[in-house]
Amino acid sequence: MTAQALVPREKKIAQKRIALTGNHAVALAVKMCRPDVIAAYPITPQTPVVEKLAEYVNNGELDAEYIPVESEHSAMSAVIGASAMGARTFTETSSQGLMHMYENLPIAVGLRLPIVMGVAARTISAPINVWGDYSDVMTMRELGWIIYIVQNAQEAFDTIIQAYRVAEDQRVHLPAVVAYDGFWTSHVLQPLDVPEDEEDVIRFSPITRSWVKLDVDKPLQLGAVGTPEWYWEIRWQAVEALRESLKVIEEIDREFDKWFGRSYGLFDTYRLEDAELAIVTYGSIYGLVKKVVNRLREEGVKAGALRLRVIRPWPGDKLRKALDNIEKVFVIDRAINHGGPLIGPMATEVAATLQRPVYNALATIGMRAIDSDMIYEAAVKVAKGLWAPNQTYTIGLRGGYE
Amino acid sequence: MVKTAVKAAEEYEGQYEYATFELPNEELFLPGHGLCAGCTIGVIARHMLKVFGPDTVIINPTGCAEVSTVVYPRTNWAVPWIHVAFGNGGSVASGIEAAIKALKRRGVIDPNRRINVVVFAGDGGTADIGFQALSGMLERGHKVIYVMYDNEGYMNTGIQRSGTTPFGASTTTSPAGKVVPGNIRHKKPMAAIAAAHGIPYVATANPAYVHDMVYKFKKAMEVNGPSFIHILQSCTPGWRFEPKYAIRVLELATETGYWVNYEIENGEFRVTLPVPRRKHVKCFLQLQGRFRHLKPDEIEYIQKVIDRDVEEINRLMGREVIGPLDPSLPCLTERK
Repeated sequence: MTAQALVPREKKIAQKRIALTGNHAVALAVKMCRPDVIAAYPITPQTPVVEKLAEYVNNGELDAEYIPVESEHSAMSAVIGASAMGARTFTETSSQGLMHMYENLPIAVGLRLPIVMGVAARTISAPINVWGDYSDVMTMRELGWIIYIVQNAQEAFDTIIQAYRVAEDQRVHLPAVVAYDGFWTSHVLQPLDVPEDEEDVIRFSPITRSWVKLDVDKPLQLGAVGTPEWYWEIRWQAVEALRESLKVIEEIDREFDKWFGRSYGLFDTYRLEDAELAIVTYGSIYGLVKKVVNRLREEGVKAGALRLRVIRPWPGDKLRKALDNIEKVFVIDRAINHGGPLIGPMATEVAATLQRPVYNALATIGMRAIDSDMIYEAAVKVAKGLWAPNQTYTIGLRGGYE
Repeated sequence: MVKTAVKAAEEYEGQYEYATFELPNEELFLPGHGLCAGCTIGVIARHMLKVFGPDTVIINPTGCAEVSTVVYPRTNWAVPWIHVAFGNGGSVASGIEAAIKALKRRGVIDPNRRINVVVFAGDGGTADIGFQALSGMLERGHKVIYVMYDNEGYMNTGIQRSGTTPFGASTTTSPAGKVVPGNIRHKKPMAAIAAAHGIPYVATANPAYVHDMVYKFKKAMEVNGPSFIHILQSCTPGWRFEPKYAIRVLELATETGYWVNYEIENGEFRVTLPVPRRKHVKCFLQLQGRFRHLKPDEIEYIQKVIDRDVEEINRLMGREVIGPLDPSLPCLTERK
């Protein structure tokens, strides 16, 4: 279940340890997955990904068509076109770029195209802020994309490879997005293990080309008019496929483990088994949260942590099993659910899953820096009953609700 | 240096010679569509596919052609066809063209096979919401044939003005009111704008002159790089004429000089359909309900604009290819 398994696994493929930023780890994983077509538009903080991919293509290290499009709307459109033609595709975006793509995001789902996209998560305007939080990714939740939120460069690298396998699986045929913290992951140099032989990646994740595509020998129409007599049934197939993908995601994660010696599960847990207080979060701040758990344990508070990794499809049953017996579930959200039942989107979903009130605070909005002390103080307030469930709290906001 | 300047074709001989080629009997645009009676989109699509043949992928952004030809589970297209959204025909086509290149290198598609990538889009999806995607596609040099059918408004949503609605036309968003007499802007010159990208082939066409139109499809197919064909398309509900005049109104567009058929091949401008003597523009306008409200001085203003445009075209050609206005010409000539 955890990234750093206690028992060393037998590693089937030879790997070497290198240092890369999260962005360059993603670019390297994409290169090893051999996409046929990349269409991209630069936006902070993902730009180094598309720069690196352009470099790979222009240096002859990656044989792909690189389309330097004129906007993110066109980036998503171009990968939809290329994927519809049967190509393995990649694009990457952030923030306003994702918003500019928005119209085409559900279309990739409806056409059942296995596009893989990276998102270096960044907050949204206004005011303009190029730094990280998850306000962009959270807007994709209702569209039918598979959504991974990863913790570090290693996991970003591994998840890109897994995502191609999942998206192109015959039971799935859906687009997938791999999101990671803008700057805190995208721009920080981290050690990671990568296969010595790049061929191993394509062996693990071969291009299936099994999805429905444009073929002059077998003409068909993609994206026909779906009248009220047909639309729902066709869309429902995408709903079912996303539900089915939960199983596929787990299956491929386990197989990845056998090949690469690493697996992540649908979510990650830490000292949760006998916990009375669980801190739930996502992305790179999980490291700080684990530190807080240790400190609370030393002080006699039975704390544990859970990191959401796959948020679409939502692993409800498993989350319920992991959190049902824990008295206080405290979700630290990194995106605002404006005017929602709870101020954070993931807290809302966790509360709906557990069918009981949860504690919720917002942190890191617009990349407001936090440290483990601040998380610790918030967790203590929850533990001591100073904070109530179903209320709005903030960590690090001047004049906020604390 | 990118060639964006347009000059007259050097070998212009006063008469455009069509190379003869046979159109197949095979129909790839199938009957049974839901287009309006008298709509000329069908005429364009049918002839276009006869020229492009079965090895063609059609990208059809949202518009009249899309909603009336592919209502699931039916289709009128016997070639692979895709609709993604309204504003992205150019970029979807860019992706498809790039995928074909990559898949040919990988041996997934036979490298010797020629597959035409064709965008078939209306004026809204081209001149307005799809303009950015079109411009990007042209600028990047994708080998895509972009065919724009121009019915001069958002006819799919019920006759709203677009960037190619002509001066004076009454639409639901540029109604002929007491203060404003319909649309007050001129048509966006899409062919000239496309040509400014320095692409190898640009043309204007009119389905009333099928030979001219199909020859342009063939030329667009043969150039190495992007091509853009701007086609005037008559629209019964939007222009408000009787369906039987669908071709006649298009003929009048050319006969009055309102619409000039030309091509720009590697920067060389050539009028492909000379008009020796022009009819008065009122012949074109009076057949249509959308201009019914225009007062004589407004019609004269439109005539003056056409006169000026014709003068410019003749200057560009270095000779009089579009003739003088001859008010004695009858608007409608009887046919046998």
